Amino acid sequence: MARLPQIALLPDGRRLHLQDGPIDLIVDARGTAESVRAAYEAAARRFTGLLDELCDELPLLRAPARLESCPLQGGVARRMHEAVAPYAAGTFITSMAAVAGAVAEAVLAAMTAAAPLSRAYVNNGGDIALHLAPGQGFTIGLVDRPDRPGLFGTTVLAAEDGIRGIATSGWRGRSFSLGIADAVTILAAGAADADAAATVVANAVDLPGHPAIARVPARELQPDSDLGDRPVTRGVGPLAPDEIDAALAAGAATAETLIARGLIRAAALHLAGETRTVGLGEPTSSQAKSLIHA
Amino acid sequence: MPQPSEKTEDGRIRCDACPVMCYIKPGAAGACDRYANHDGTLVRVDPHVVLDRTLQQGGSVVPFNRGGGDWDGKLVRGPETFVTAIGAGTTYPDYKPAPFIVSAEVDGVDMVTVVTEGIFSYCGVKVKIDTDRHLGPERSLVRAQGEPVGHVTTGEYGSQMLSLGGVHHLTGGSKKEGRVTCDTLLELSNGRAVELTIDDGATVIVQAGRPPIVNGAAEERMRVGCGSATIGMFAKQWHGKVDEVVVVDDHITGVLSEHQAGKLLGIPDTGIHMKGRRSTPGRYFQVAQPGTGWGGTDISDPLSILGPFDPKKARPGLTMLMVSTTGEHFAYYVLDDELQPVQQELPAALRQSIARIEENCEPALCTVLFMGGAGGSLRSGVTENPVRLTRSVKQALTYVTCGGAPVYVWPGGGITFMVDVTRVPENAFGYVPTPALVAPIEFTLRLSDYEALEGHMDHVRPLSSLGVDAARRPVAPYRDNPWPFAPEGAKRSHG
Repeated sequence: MARLPQIALLPDGRRLHLQDGPIDLIVDARGTAESVRAAYEAAARRFTGLLDELCDELPLLRAPARLESCPLQGGVARRMHEAVAPYAAGTFITSMAAVAGAVAEAVLAAMTAAAPLSRAYVNNGGDIALHLAPGQGFTIGLVDRPDRPGLFGTTVLAAEDGIRGIATSGWRGRSFSLGIADAVTILAAGAADADAAATVVANAVDLPGHPAIARVPARELQPDSDLGDRPVTRGVGPLAPDEIDAALAAGAATAETLIARGLIRAAALHLAGETRTVGLGEPTSSQAKSLIHA
Repeated sequence: MPQPSEKTEDGRIRCDACPVMCYIKPGAAGACDRYANHDGTLVRVDPHVVLDRTLQQGGSVVPFNRGGGDWDGKLVRGPETFVTAIGAGTTYPDYKPAPFIVSAEVDGVDMVTVVTEGIFSYCGVKVKIDTDRHLGPERSLVRAQGEPVGHVTTGEYGSQMLSLGGVHHLTGGSKKEGRVTCDTLLELSNGRAVELTIDDGATVIVQAGRPPIVNGAAEERMRVGCGSATIGMFAKQWHGKVDEVVVVDDHITGVLSEHQAGKLLGIPDTGIHMKGRRSTPGRYFQVAQPGTGWGGTDISDPLSILGPFDPKKARPGLTMLMVSTTGEHFAYYVLDDELQPVQQELPAALRQSIARIEENCEPALCTVLFMGGAGGSLRSGVTENPVRLTRSVKQALTYVTCGGAPVYVWPGGGITFMVDVTRVPENAFGYVPTPALVAPIEFTLRLSDYEALEGHMDHVRPLSSLGVDAARRPVAPYRDNPWPFAPEGAKRSHG
């Protein structure tokens, strides 16, 4: 029998849970009951077979991205390549850096094409594609440790902001990072763009050669990792305040460049309990404070 | 479960659970984090923990029927599986029905377990360190990584208590203080070792269920009793084998010839002169400063707590044993012609009493109790009328567990509970960066009682719907824990 993804409503009876192999999506749509049903059916249809489609081109997706041309065939694969291409000249990057965001975008696009929705999101393990009808908004919670998710602060996105993608990357998350950021959260026009940029900025938060940082060749951890023998971060020991500042400054400088190039809108960088934001306004700390007393 | 379709020479296996077809090294997980290579076997490693009684050590062992009612002969009273809150997700911050509200039929009564992970910003750990060594003055700050995370509180019998965490360290101080406090609580609650330094005191490595390591030395034994109690316990065994015994103890140092126990045996005066403050005959306070030497004092030479012997009563050849309350330190002396004690080898006849002291000392351990208070939003996840949950717990209609472990619910208002972290499954505790700890908490009650306290009846789901075999991580419950569905009178007494 063919392998089929898991498709189920969450216990709240409202959100949809889609899971297949390493892809795990939480989907929420708002609209009329009829629209939501149609959107969820479209999401499930689009999701079925999506992983196989990607795996057909896995060796190419794991190869360094090329600036001049895209050798990939599938729609999601081509979107991944498009999102990472702006970085291909300056650094090592593969299309895999945008896989989570691109998958989220593809499922969201199927939903919005199927029915009118006021708001919707597809959350792929923290990489989120958003849909907002005019006049709508989302309150976004920020997480500083992907391995132990918890709200750090919140920010409000309005439809007019033009932000439809949010992604978070860091060495504690599921994907490997070359940097030491606990988490870098990016706001961008699309989820694939945010995903690729989160990887790039998280890699830039770094203290090369620092003795407190444990690094291991990626291949030793996952033999078929697209990062090959590049050293990925596995542990960060105590850092002095000026070292934390220096690492965050390096990441913030990269984020500023990406904003200037029009690739992203904002970034929030977290390291060792310290936070730096670049772009849009600060996350509203009053929201964070209101979370303190359970 | 998929089978590995390929296995390589270096122990990697190739997972065929999905088309990614990851190569997975021994001890590692695939890209999905769902499948792992455990000793060459592909295993599923989902985080949600289900206590599975059939895995319990000695599978046929069932809880003794403590309820006092007639035992109906059934070996197992409740269902075999209890869903814990570990990995269930939280109800926070927008309160919504708890992630899992599970129903199961127990002895013909529909039982409900409301499973959630609570976020506790009002929480901490109480640490009991079995040692007579002086760890630091009462009220001294306890630090981790240089940050204040708690304080020294009372000394108990053979133990020193620390209170760590609490809302003031978590959120009332600097950001770093809060973060380090949160880390410290998390590590201790998950059974890992933490190094603590006490202002004007010792550095101690604390790990639940392990001996404390004080200033680099692992503590082995608790003292058998205070110095005076030790004299009382062993006076008869010393009688006739030695003229004088001093049991060195930071709290009460005992002297055999002056002690009531010695008097009753007719042991004559020896002319010994003790430093320190005499409490009652043969019992001395403050013979030295507190420390990590003999019997929790700062001395390494026991003779330093003695003055000169009284020439009117002492005599050359008089024998004296000095020993600490754990038997760890001991020395044997004979008075010379100038009535000066000269150390000699311990006679075989006395060796046995030292061994007996050691034998009567229990292993020294650190014990860690997590203490937290269930707040408003957590209780809202259980019921639409939170105070009724509190009342239900107080009336013992609702049984509270922490990762399936029994808790002590503190009397009075609110739901403030304590749990022995070693009875909770591994890595049950998490944190959020506010900072606060995330701890599992389950409320088990009759379905009818759940309805009466305005529970989220429309969210109750049968246990079978969770797909226990496929997606849950079964773990063996701690074997001394009462089974949550059949706690039988153990409601308040365990923890």
